Amino acid sequence: METGKTKVISVLVENKPGVLHIIANLFRRRNFNIESITVGPTQNKEIARMTITVNEDERTLDQVIKQVEKQIDVLKIDELSQGNFVMRELSLIKVNVPTSKERSDIINCVEVFRGRIIDVSTDSLTVEITGTPDKIDAFLNLMITYGVIELARTGITALARGAKSIKIDE
Amino acid sequence: MTKMSGAQALLESLERQKVDTIFGILGGAILPVYDALCGNKKIRHILARHEQCAAHEAEGYAKASGRTGVCMATSGPGATNLVTGIANAYMDSSPIVALTGQVPSSGVNTSYMIGKDAFQEADIIGIVTAITKYSYQPRSVEEIPIMVNNAFYLAASGRPGPVLIDLPKNVQAGTADVEITDKIDLKGYKIITQPSRGRISKAAELLIKAERPIILAGGGAITSGSSDEIVAMSDLLMAPVATTFMGKGAFPETHPLSLGSIGMHGNPAANKLLSEADLMLAIGTRFSDRATANLDSFAPNAKKIQIEIDNAEINKNVEVDLPIVADAKITMKMLLSAISEKIKKGNATAWTKRVKEAKEQLSPLIKDLPHDLVPKALLGELRKLLPESSIVTTEVGQNQMWSALYFKALKPRTFISSGGLGTMGFGFPAAIGAKVACPDRAVVDIAGDGSFIMSEQELACSINENIPVIVIVLNNSVLGMVAQWQRMLYNRRYMAVNLGKSPDFVKLAEAYGAQGTRVTSIEEFHKAVKTALNSKVTTVIDVPIGSETDVVPFVPPGCGLPQQRGDY
Repeated sequence: METGKTKVISVLVENKPGVLHIIANLFRRRNFNIESITVGPTQNKEIARMTITVNEDERTLDQVIKQVEKQIDVLKIDELSQGNFVMRELSLIKVNVPTSKERSDIINCVEVFRGRIIDVSTDSLTVEITGTPDKIDAFLNLMITYGVIELARTGITALARGAKSIKIDE
Repeated sequence: MTKMSGAQALLESLERQKVDTIFGILGGAILPVYDALCGNKKIRHILARHEQCAAHEAEGYAKASGRTGVCMATSGPGATNLVTGIANAYMDSSPIVALTGQVPSSGVNTSYMIGKDAFQEADIIGIVTAITKYSYQPRSVEEIPIMVNNAFYLAASGRPGPVLIDLPKNVQAGTADVEITDKIDLKGYKIITQPSRGRISKAAELLIKAERPIILAGGGAITSGSSDEIVAMSDLLMAPVATTFMGKGAFPETHPLSLGSIGMHGNPAANKLLSEADLMLAIGTRFSDRATANLDSFAPNAKKIQIEIDNAEINKNVEVDLPIVADAKITMKMLLSAISEKIKKGNATAWTKRVKEAKEQLSPLIKDLPHDLVPKALLGELRKLLPESSIVTTEVGQNQMWSALYFKALKPRTFISSGGLGTMGFGFPAAIGAKVACPDRAVVDIAGDGSFIMSEQELACSINENIPVIVIVLNNSVLGMVAQWQRMLYNRRYMAVNLGKSPDFVKLAEAYGAQGTRVTSIEEFHKAVKTALNSKVTTVIDVPIGSETDVVPFVPPGCGLPQQRGDY
């Protein structure tokens, strides 16, 4: 993310129980600010990828990386925000729709933001939108005027651009 | 492959790791392991009287010998009682392996099971995550051998630390075909031991060029066994050597270039010269706040080289100019050979003259010991009475800081104390552990009355298990260090520090079957220590001292090392 001090870190860890606890606990214990954390398996089912966004200055970020890297279950770590990378966040937004006029306004907005309507009821719409957090924030700002009933955001997941990758030699 | 129980697999794996001692207390959820221990000839079990002390005993064993210490407890309260001991080992980077029983992970009684809040269930892994290097919980018998190997490798390698293995009761009791092996399986664990050549030549260049170099040795200097190299480096560069509190013993404190330890209650010459140095070679130190005091005046004029095995310690507290992430001994050897190409023999310089002068002026040698029973005199006398190889442990508080100031450590692994966590009650069980590791050497716990009563029940362990140590209680009838802070920083408003005259330590010792004696003069102290050194049982020497004696010098909180108050 280009905004503020937010940094994106990608971490490959052993895919086993307890690892998320260790990493989350480390952030709490070392007083690091975590903005979001996403975890999921990789193409190798023994390895999981964590994408962590943190809001820290350079010196603290250096500590974050070193402390995470030191964990026994961490195989590899890279600060993606140092180079070119792509990132996405998925969000589900349930919006209040009092009238049909507003319904068509919202549908127009969803198209402009390339979102999708995934559920409809008489007085609500549920929108799926994917993009950078900035894009989701912008869409959300529009929806607030209609009334957001519920919101679920996944947090960021990201990869380095092009052929560059962090992977484990097998 | 051999068919065996989880408990047997555990013990055979421990034997393969050359474990000869376990300090522990049993309970329901660890009974299968104790059953397997019954009749075992290779592993001695020492029955502690409190699990916290079992962990401290394992740490004392580890610190004295360099071998990994092992402690064991049952589930629930047994495991949680270990926590302070584990935290202590974590802060002081001591290799210990803690074994805990756990309620079953599966079984016929579905309410007596992990996650069901079963009797004596505690989520010990959740509790110790932040204070262990790693923790394991095997879910099958087959996993045990490699987990044990991993645990011992993790505990002792790189920057050492505690590792916990939590053993569900059904896994201890269950049987399977097991292969006892040397294999380890740690994909993500990397230790860099070799320094880069570029850093070595850069460091050598800085050290040769420096006019006022100083060496700062931390606990890592002892762990890595770098003492000989530090002495050689000091001689070659004619560089004075200060230690951190944890580094005490890394450099002989009677050496002309020894400055003693730095810090809040550091040696004045060490604190002063650190601020005058133009180059600091730091070896195996994490720059704790008690060592550095206010960072603004911590070695402000010095370029800083830091040799450190733990990359996360680089620039954590103190920003350095040249970090070298590697094993300290290997690095020091390479540095020595690089420097000795340019310098053959160290010669006296203006800096060495300054060192001598600062030592004489700020930290004068104790020539005429005061006759009174004051800590400075007692500890000076104790040094003379103890053989060089003796091991000294301390409790925490004034006794500890007096020991840091006035008891000269001569060799590595002979001064053992709770530096990072500052755990009162550590010294006595640590002394027991050290004595088990080194039965032929005298082991002395320099204690305060407040600390000693926190683990006094281990007298029963030392008597029943025949582990004779000496406890010197500097008895001022107060919680002295906090009383000193209340005196100095809270306008003498004493609150909750008075311990009164209870207990009578002589009678207490005797009640446990130990020897107790009280001394009221230096001559009596001398005699009592000599007798205790020859005794076959533990001796408690009660030394009444004044209750308002301060530990000085002292760097007040928030101040820098040069703003030290009070005379040595």
